[in-house]
Amino acid sequence: MASLFSRREGSAHAEIEERRSATHESFLSHRAYFWARVSGFLSLFVVLTYVLVDVEPRHNGGSWYGYTLGTVGAGLIVWLSWLGVRKRRPTPGSWSLKGWTSAHVYLGMSLVVIGTMHTGFQLGWNVHTLAWVLMMLVILSGAYGITVYATLPQALSENRREMTREQMIESLATIDRQLEAAAQPLARKDADMVIATLEQDVFAAGIIARFRGPGGRDATRRALDHISTDRAYDDDADDLAQQKVRALLGKRAAQIDQIRRQMQIKALLEVWLYIHVPLTIALLAALTAHVVSVFYYW
Amino acid sequence: MSHVLLEKTDHLSDTIYKYQKGKHVMATPSSLVLRSDLGFEAGKREAILDTWDRQIADGKVTVRLNAEVTGIAGQSGAFALTLKDGSTIDAEAVVLAIGTQGNPNLLKLPGAELPHVQYQLDDPTAYVDEHITVIGSGDAGIENALGLAADAAQGNIVTILNRGTEFARAKGANVKLLEEAEADGRIFVRRETSPLEVREREIVLETRDGQQAIRCDRIIARTGSQPPRAFIEGCGVEFTSADRAAFPKLSPSFETTQAGIHVIGALAGYPLIKHCMNQGYDVIEFLDGNTGLKPADEPILAEKFAGLPGRHTVDEWLEIFRTRVIILQELSPLQMRELMLDSTVHAYARGEVIFTRNEPGSSMFAIAEGSVLVEVDPDDPSVTVPIETGSIFGEVGLISGRKRGSTIRAAEPTVVVEFSRLAALKLLATAPSANRAVNRISIERQVLQIFGAGLTPADIADLVEEAEVVSVPAGEVVIEEGAEDKDIYIVRVGSMVVEKDLGGKPVFLSYLPAGSYFGEMAVIDGSKRSASVRAAIKSEVIRFPGEAFNALLDAKPEIRERALADMASRREINDFIESRKASFGGAVDMYSQTAQFLVDNGLGEATDVLLIDEQLCVGCDNCEKACADSHDGLSRLDREAGRTYAHLHVPTSCRHCEHPHCMADCPPNAIHRGPDGEVVIDETCIGCGNCQRNCPYGVIRMDAKPPAKPGLLSWLLFGAGPGPGEASYAWRKRKAAEAGESAKLAIKCDMCSGIEGGPACVRACPTGAAIRVSPERFLTVARLEEEVD
Repeated sequence: MASLFSRREGSAHAEIEERRSATHESFLSHRAYFWARVSGFLSLFVVLTYVLVDVEPRHNGGSWYGYTLGTVGAGLIVWLSWLGVRKRRPTPGSWSLKGWTSAHVYLGMSLVVIGTMHTGFQLGWNVHTLAWVLMMLVILSGAYGITVYATLPQALSENRREMTREQMIESLATIDRQLEAAAQPLARKDADMVIATLEQDVFAAGIIARFRGPGGRDATRRALDHISTDRAYDDDADDLAQQKVRALLGKRAAQIDQIRRQMQIKALLEVWLYIHVPLTIALLAALTAHVVSVFYYW
Repeated sequence: MSHVLLEKTDHLSDTIYKYQKGKHVMATPSSLVLRSDLGFEAGKREAILDTWDRQIADGKVTVRLNAEVTGIAGQSGAFALTLKDGSTIDAEAVVLAIGTQGNPNLLKLPGAELPHVQYQLDDPTAYVDEHITVIGSGDAGIENALGLAADAAQGNIVTILNRGTEFARAKGANVKLLEEAEADGRIFVRRETSPLEVREREIVLETRDGQQAIRCDRIIARTGSQPPRAFIEGCGVEFTSADRAAFPKLSPSFETTQAGIHVIGALAGYPLIKHCMNQGYDVIEFLDGNTGLKPADEPILAEKFAGLPGRHTVDEWLEIFRTRVIILQELSPLQMRELMLDSTVHAYARGEVIFTRNEPGSSMFAIAEGSVLVEVDPDDPSVTVPIETGSIFGEVGLISGRKRGSTIRAAEPTVVVEFSRLAALKLLATAPSANRAVNRISIERQVLQIFGAGLTPADIADLVEEAEVVSVPAGEVVIEEGAEDKDIYIVRVGSMVVEKDLGGKPVFLSYLPAGSYFGEMAVIDGSKRSASVRAAIKSEVIRFPGEAFNALLDAKPEIRERALADMASRREINDFIESRKASFGGAVDMYSQTAQFLVDNGLGEATDVLLIDEQLCVGCDNCEKACADSHDGLSRLDREAGRTYAHLHVPTSCRHCEHPHCMADCPPNAIHRGPDGEVVIDETCIGCGNCQRNCPYGVIRMDAKPPAKPGLLSWLLFGAGPGPGEASYAWRKRKAAEAGESAKLAIKCDMCSGIEGGPACVRACPTGAAIRVSPERFLTVARLEEEVD
């Protein structure tokens, strides 16, 4: 199809075009699952050799085979941790963070096999097993990360409805201003409910509330319930003002829900990093201790 | 010399006086030597005003403040200037340095002369308990209305009138505030309403439902302003054309057609301070009898011409260019000088390449000596077409904003003048004959380029003769599916989208960038139009009558063959869509709507745009951080802002338009198209903010370059500095206060020009959500296939 408008291009410019138009693939399917294939073959190779190579008296980290796996594993761990630096340093060069993430994800998974085979299933209460446990926890938290990265962005996009964070906050402030003006004609008790709504600190919620998301009971919903359902308002003289306040309270509740949902999804997308990164640092420390102690007690 | 400096206001240098406090004033062009006795170098507004006031006082300049001139009568040697207070001043010569501001459009209605109609609002708090009507839907009108209604205690009833339904000319933030004020009942907004008559305490309005009179104690009219042309024409001065943007006709000594009256500065077409100061100096020298004075730009031009063969003086070269190049023949010596300041000259040896095919470039060339050869066939450099002395080339890049269509070499030792895009556009706007010549040549060349080798200008003379340039507003249909008309079109400016009606819904077939042609199928096989073509953005097309085209095809069978081959591939697209329609109806709809969404968001005029796939974006903002860290610590993109359709998000980031709106009005001409097609702002930016206002996509920001941050590792290990990405405003402000503030300049995406590896936003995206695309690669049916598979 592209033949229609294809123009024969000068090679220099074709190259620029090539470089610029990053192919539209996710980090998981990057380069047609290149790193998944590398990681798969590596794991398979390790499992096969583990079974086929006869180590006397039995598989353990101290055999030549164990040392080999240990070196590969430790190298991988250090390289995988380097993603944290790579990500924050946009130096020139034709690297792609997507490629790095892809390799990080798949090679990180292969560590389950490499690390475990390296132990030879000799686990105990010592610094060596601590390093293995930390590694498994890091990989586990990473697996959670892959899952949310693959599933949540769409929900984040849909909830945002083209609004930025600032716009959401601004929208809430606008509704509050309009609510204040609209509530002036209300009866004392109704007005108090609205004032309670306006005084409510929407963001003083804490970590638990961040994960709970929208739909919680708060002053806005209480006011909405009070003003909309507690009375027969057909014969109410102030009905017009009430309707306006009711509509605004409804808008406010919806706006708060959108903000809370946004915070919830962002929290779900980010929370694992608060485990993944500190555990990685702990892992690097434990790994160092493991390597030093192995050579010290040689 | 007996003189008096007349000033309308109660202080000198009003334009700079009105700048915001503490604004950094730039002194460009830096290559120009300052001749004036008054000092001027880049610095804070206050320092500059101070220097001038002091030097004016020291120099014993006769100044008369609060002296607005209302009319100039008389002839050279005996002018009489009438002032607003009724007094007159006699003068032998007059120099106008009044700029182009401060002349509001007046209301043209019965009663507009009544005293409660005003054109300015100095202090919105000065009015209480009044019914005030604001006329004008721009920023000034909205800001005035908001100011008057800001404090409810003032008790003003404020109404704003808008002829249309949208406040399209105003800033988004202002419109939002106005809409809020309307929702709160603080301001009455009357849409589709225009004023008919002003009466005492009343205004009559024309509304959608008929006439209506409302109470009105005061009218504030903010309907824009005009350069004070009527006043100047009233003095007997002629302008170069009736065009709104035209300037007065001037001699090399800045004298107008009314002998004795001189015009300098912005009104003469020179908006920069330094130009104006030099011109003032020159004019006074001329008046003092120093006729041998060379213009201040003489050394700049001498340097430009230094590399040319033959030892001609600057004046001789200017005369050579003017007489030999067809499109320059109408220009005055002053216009020639100005044009040459924005242009460059080159000398080429025989065989040297002037530009190559597919190189980005929007300048136009004229041949002053020698001739050039155009390589029309990309596969065979030996097939060439000559262009002779006096003619032009490169005009396609200028008009369409697209890459160069062919390689051009010098056929013999050649001297060419290269007009920058801005200089060329100015030339075309001021010299109608140049415009006509360029139009004709460009149509001819475009036809030759599209239909390829084997055609000579003589073959297509009849076709070109009958061609017509038609401008098409955005969205207008050029060809209607099923119609029987037989014309052929070439997209000259802008772009088109091709759609086919399937089951009552338009299905997007393809995107036609400038330089493409369409409509040939119906001519060649006599069928009905098989698809509709409409303008994606405001465009221009060249229309050729089908018969003339058919005559050409009859005479040249090989052209018919090529056209048939092209037709086959277009037919293929049609058939493809038809055949797949049944199997993926939903996908076709989705694809069409997505394509339409992208066109609506500026892809139709983009050359390279950042898109974010929100099915992959985790909102980490690493793109913004990488952008900031690759460019002086300020991000040039806002990921979250912008429109989204079907999870495809167009963030606030430069689209590198074919005809960049930002380039329209840049006083130092600091915006260029770079070697990869990127639109960049260079270091001569003076921070005026015109580009920011002109950009319809809001991608340019004005900000000061922040001081350097501590390195990544010291942040990672010791928490020093603000970390990766753009530092917070508070941090930048604090550090800038320590390091000394720098001027706020315009910054925008430069597509990471000069950075190995290309755009950092895309390289730094961890999930593959950020992609950069050019519209003709992205808006193809091929994508549909990918999506379905």
